[in-house]
Order: sequence, then structure tokens, then C-alpha cells
Amino acid sequence: MNVIALEFPPVSHLFDWPDILFSGSLFAVNKTVLIYLAAVLITSAIFLSAGKQRGSLVPVGVQHVAESGVNFVEESVVMETIGPEGKKYLPFLTTMFFFILFSNIFEVVPGIQFPANSRMAVPITLALVVWVIYNFVGVRSQGIGGYLKNSLFPPGVPKALYLIVTPIELVSTFVVRPFSLAIRLWANMVAGHLLLVTFAILTQTLWDNGYVGAAAPFAMLILMTGFEILVSVLQAFIFTILTAVYIGGSMHAEH
Amino acid sequence: MLNILTLAATEAGEMLEGLKAIGAGLGYGLAAIGPGVGIGTVVGNAISSMARQPESAGMVRTTMFLGIAFTEALALIGFVVFILLLP
Repeated sequence: MNVIALEFPPVSHLFDWPDILFSGSLFAVNKTVLIYLAAVLITSAIFLSAGKQRGSLVPVGVQHVAESGVNFVEESVVMETIGPEGKKYLPFLTTMFFFILFSNIFEVVPGIQFPANSRMAVPITLALVVWVIYNFVGVRSQGIGGYLKNSLFPPGVPKALYLIVTPIELVSTFVVRPFSLAIRLWANMVAGHLLLVTFAILTQTLWDNGYVGAAAPFAMLILMTGFEILVSVLQAFIFTILTAVYIGGSMHAEH
Repeated sequence: MLNILTLAATEAGEMLEGLKAIGAGLGYGLAAIGPGVGIGTVVGNAISSMARQPESAGMVRTTMFLGIAFTEALALIGFVVFILLLP
């Protein structure tokens, strides 16, 4: 593909990585898998090491990171959306937040620079896990009849309108939700990666041809790297908060 | 005349690619209009309510992110179509 006379690689090349280990088998390992493994290791290392030492009253080091992370998810996700009875989902939400955050943040780590969530597999799996959990919570707290009735026939709607409302609710609650959750995370990461790649290629081409103008896209690249850090954190936050909203919504019947 | 026809036949593939690219660009551009206006409205109203009642800023911020997430989904679907249509 040729963009403003630059050799721009096809989009699929930017996201396909060759297998490193076990090539060709079901368990082939490439860069994306390694990033996910690193994210899992970092997340569990932070919380396991913070949980193992008996906490000092004034948190320092890794305990401080873990405590402020848990505190952040508790205050601004669980309490704002589910309420006090959502405390038992705090471990799940915190783990998910940090896992998504670490697999996103590799987008701006020099030398790696690939957001693992720009491959669809893990976002859609996480979204399906969330789908199972919020349906399970809804059935357990309202009974299967009550859950279906509350989610398909929202109260306060005129009887005749159920002809339109019920199919829409059926599709949006049980079909579209996991996909929109997964696509939101995935597409944001793809867009961010494309943006960074575009400016990097522009910078390199101008530099190779000896133009001083390479400074302009380079400045933009630095700026966009900062912006992508924000996007990585924000997408992890939004995924977590939407999970909490879905769990809260199926826990309490709408009135 | 025949010359033009054969030219058209050989260039039909390239033509299709070009039309796809135009469609992808236009599609994403159109898909970004509504969410752009929508996110502007959401954030603008959130800011004015935060300025009016700073003590409720936490709740407003959470709800603002929710609103942004739902509005942004439309733009992202446009982006997905853009990626799928790219030659």
C-alpha cells in the first residue's frame, strides 16, 4: 500500500507475528502470546508479593501499588456502579483491570511496542467470560424467570411497545453486549497502533531521505505515545467499569 | 472502442480496489460524525455539571466514561468496517 509516496506495510502485516516456539502446532507461541504471559506474570507478581508480606501500616513499594490499585477499583468502579454488595466482585474486577492494563501498555514500551489486545482472541474471550458471569449473577439473584422478565420486559413501558422493545432488548442484552465490549477494546488498540506506526514510518522515511522535516512527525510521535498511555489506561478502566455496570444491572431489578 | 473495453476489463480489478478504498474512507468519515457530536455533548454536559457541583465530580466522571464508551462504540464499528474494506 502506498500512502503519500511512503512504503506502508499492509495492515495485516502489522499485527501478524511469526511463531517463535512450537510452530505449526495448536500451542504456537508468538510475540502476542509472550506479551500476554508477561502481563499475567506482572499482575500475579504484584498481588502475590504484596499479599505475602504481612502489610506494614504505611504501605511502601509493591504493597503501595497493589493497595492503591485495589482502592482505585473499589472506589471508582465498584462503589460507583454496583454498590456495597458488589465488593465480592472486587478481586475479579481488579485482576481484569490490571491484566488488560499491562497487556495494553506494551504498546508504548520501547522495543516491544505492540498492544497485545489488538488481536481479537483475548478481548472476545474476556467479553464472553463477562457475559457468562453477568447472566449467572442475574439468574442467581433474581431467578431465571425474574431475570428474563426484568431484562426483556423492562417495567414502565406501555404494553404495546413491548412488541418493539423486547426484540431490541433481547439482541442488545444477550448478543451485542459481549461483542461491543470486545470490539471497543480491540479497535481502540488497533487504531492506536496504526497511528503510532504511521508517524514512525513517516519519520523514518523523511529522516532517511535527509529532510529536516522529520522533526515534525517525530514530535507528533512523542505526543501520540503519551496519548496512547492515556488510552491504554482508559480502555482498561472502561472495560472494567462496563463489566461492573453489567453485573450491577443484572443484580438489581430495574424499577 | 474495443481498446477502451479491454482496458476497462483489465482495470476492473484495480477499479474495485480503488472504489473499496474510497468506500472505506467515506464510511469511516461518516461513522465518525455522529459519535463526535455525541461525545462532545456528553463531555460538555459532564464538565458543566462538575463545575456546578464539584462534590459530585466522582459520580459524574464515572457516568461520563460510560456515556463516552457507549457513544464511541458506533465510531468503532465504523472503524472495523474501514479495516475490513481496506484492500
